Amino acid sequence: MSANGPVLDVRDLRVWYGSTRGAVRAVDGVSIQIRAGEVLGLVGESGCGKSTLGRGVMGLLPDGSAVDGQVLFQDTDLLKVSDRQLRRMRGPDIALIFQEPMTRLNPLMRIEDHFSETITAHEPKLSKAEVRRRSLEALGGMGIPPTRFRNYPHEFSGGMRQRIMIALALVLRPKLVIADEPTTALDVLVEAQILSILADLKRNFDTALLLITHNLGIVAEACDRVAVMYAGRIAEEGDARTVFSQPAHPYTRELLRSVISLNTTGLHYIPGAPPSLIDPPAACKFHPRCPDAMRVCAQLAPVEQRLSAGQRVECWLHGPGDRIPEGGREPLEQERIAVAEEA
Amino acid sequence: MADAGALLEVEDLQVHFPLRGSFGARLVGKDVGAVQAVDGISFSVARGEVLGIVGESGSGKTTLGRALLRLVDPTGGSIRLEGEDVLGLREREVRAMRRKVQMVFQDPHASLNPAMTIETAVGHPLRIHGVTRDRADIRNRVSAVLERVGLSPPDQYLGKYPSDLSGGQKQRAVLARAVILSPSLLVADEPVSMLDMSVRAKILELMLGLKNDLDLTYVYITHDLATAKFFCDRVAIMYLGRIVEIGATEEIFANPRHPYTQSLLRAIPDPDPSRSIPRDLPRGEVPDAAEPPLGCRFHPRCPKAFAPCGWEARDLHDMLEQRWAVGGQELFEAERLQLGDLAGLDQPGSRATVPSATGTGDDVATLLDRIREDDSRERIWHGIESITPRPGGAVIEFHPGHDPVLRPVGGAEVACHLYDPELAEVPEQAPPA
Repeated sequence: MSANGPVLDVRDLRVWYGSTRGAVRAVDGVSIQIRAGEVLGLVGESGCGKSTLGRGVMGLLPDGSAVDGQVLFQDTDLLKVSDRQLRRMRGPDIALIFQEPMTRLNPLMRIEDHFSETITAHEPKLSKAEVRRRSLEALGGMGIPPTRFRNYPHEFSGGMRQRIMIALALVLRPKLVIADEPTTALDVLVEAQILSILADLKRNFDTALLLITHNLGIVAEACDRVAVMYAGRIAEEGDARTVFSQPAHPYTRELLRSVISLNTTGLHYIPGAPPSLIDPPAACKFHPRCPDAMRVCAQLAPVEQRLSAGQRVECWLHGPGDRIPEGGREPLEQERIAVAEEA
Repeated sequence: MADAGALLEVEDLQVHFPLRGSFGARLVGKDVGAVQAVDGISFSVARGEVLGIVGESGSGKTTLGRALLRLVDPTGGSIRLEGEDVLGLREREVRAMRRKVQMVFQDPHASLNPAMTIETAVGHPLRIHGVTRDRADIRNRVSAVLERVGLSPPDQYLGKYPSDLSGGQKQRAVLARAVILSPSLLVADEPVSMLDMSVRAKILELMLGLKNDLDLTYVYITHDLATAKFFCDRVAIMYLGRIVEIGATEEIFANPRHPYTQSLLRAIPDPDPSRSIPRDLPRGEVPDAAEPPLGCRFHPRCPKAFAPCGWEARDLHDMLEQRWAVGGQELFEAERLQLGDLAGLDQPGSRATVPSATGTGDDVATLLDRIREDDSRERIWHGIESITPRPGGAVIEFHPGHDPVLRPVGGAEVACHLYDPELAEVPEQAPPA
């Protein structure tokens, strides 16, 4: 691995689930990279495949799912290593932070035992005093007082449990952390606390972080780069500031407009609902809802383009011009979408 | 508070849930206390107005909403709907009252009976309240209201089951069911927070349209300041069972006065990347409503708290724990060894003894002085009047605390001592921040 190479390099990942109605293409050809000390935000509406992507990277997919492509973690393809080796990597190399902290802590184990189990599983030769020292250091970093070390999970509030989860994920200093909606169940003030903890993480430990969220505000707040996912594919990816100030994909633009923030003066929304992943629309999957749709959008799948502003985008508005057939730039006549067609 | 135009008047409303306690405690009739979910709340809602009740989880906002419909029974205070005393109603009369007040809950998936078709569910209130039993009539009325909420053409939805609908469509059906009896007041508890970002705006737009068409009045309960700002005429900010600030929406958002409101507004992650969340936000979380902090309930987390806010022993314990959490293991072990059992600090009280491990109070007093020098910016030092060494430990006297009450400030009402001319003049005991 080169010194500046990405910690995580996902290439053309596909994750399909089997269902009675056909294959669900939850992730359908996704490529992303994250470097050390970088936070990549993965956003999208429910059902766009963002959580499946996170789980696919961790190798935590349910039975009956098919995976293709490459997930390179420091040049090791995680899709090819044995279960045993993958288990060994979870913790010291890759850690996962979930949404619901209560369901991820064992209610019958003290916080102390959670930590000693995690640490000794990977470093069995450490002395008890050293295990304790490392645990307290990780907890202290999250603002959990040492006096609570021997408490049980139910004795903590929701925000504290999430911090314990983060401390537990970080105690082995992983190089890559995947956080799936880490603040969704929390109040706004506690959410702000967790976000500043995550920001310190990359600053202090040079951790690479994949932050999966549906909240665009959090992405703007915490991420260096952002990938916008729609129907199993990355519609647009680039520097967070650039993507938010000059969205190149119509979906990104419309999604940003539909967010209700403190500056909202009028309501806006995207007509229609995200498509079924079993039988998605042909060509560009967004074309039935897209206000800018052209004829070509319903005929050919868009080609990834890199723009001068730095982001990559899959949208015919940005070319390539020579691939657009004659008359392809004419506006597409779309079917009218009923008001209640929604997610 | 008698207001001619008021549809709903709530005065000093109190909902306490008694704690059960242990078997022994119940046997001897010991009072184990109560969760003070709603603790002395007053407001009124004018006809046609949208009042927002904004608060974090544990603020009591949902309990307040349920109390308005008598889904929980308040333990004190009064609610008047169109001048009628809601709390004095008998069971039979409560049902009649609910023709005028309807509720929309957060989770549309749980609000609809999975075994009922949309036609049955939306038409159910007509049967319950005995408006009509005629099938054709019910179908006509249901079709009309489905059309109104955007589930159109209605024929396509009448026979469907909730599982056939998306989240947004279910919430439309729930709204249809709520307005089919033409109520005057709709209590909406987080009606959009379970929906996807792109659907929220559509449902809010529908609610605004319904309000105008049907002359509705809304009490909109939410944790989301952004939708409240857009949707409400007035907002009340709740914290731990009380209203800390109430006023016109523009006024509250342009000039937030309560430190809690100020913190909330600064903490919202905004999609504008040029704006970022400040780091000096209140730490910790909403405390236990069974034993709320003395004085102002926000004081332990307040970045502007000062002497009269109600400092007490529990705050001292929290401060020590926070110091040990960030200070590292050596600091913790060195300081903890000098102190005795700190469990005594967990009782509310404005006087406390910090026990010494060695038996002399001088050690403890010296230690506390050193901690104060280390971080004199801690707000708690404003509230400590004296530290006196005694045999066995150091006695801490806190400044007497006061309960803040809502008082008019500018265009709003705020419950904060910073705006009390008598208290704000109290000379500061500790170095100012």
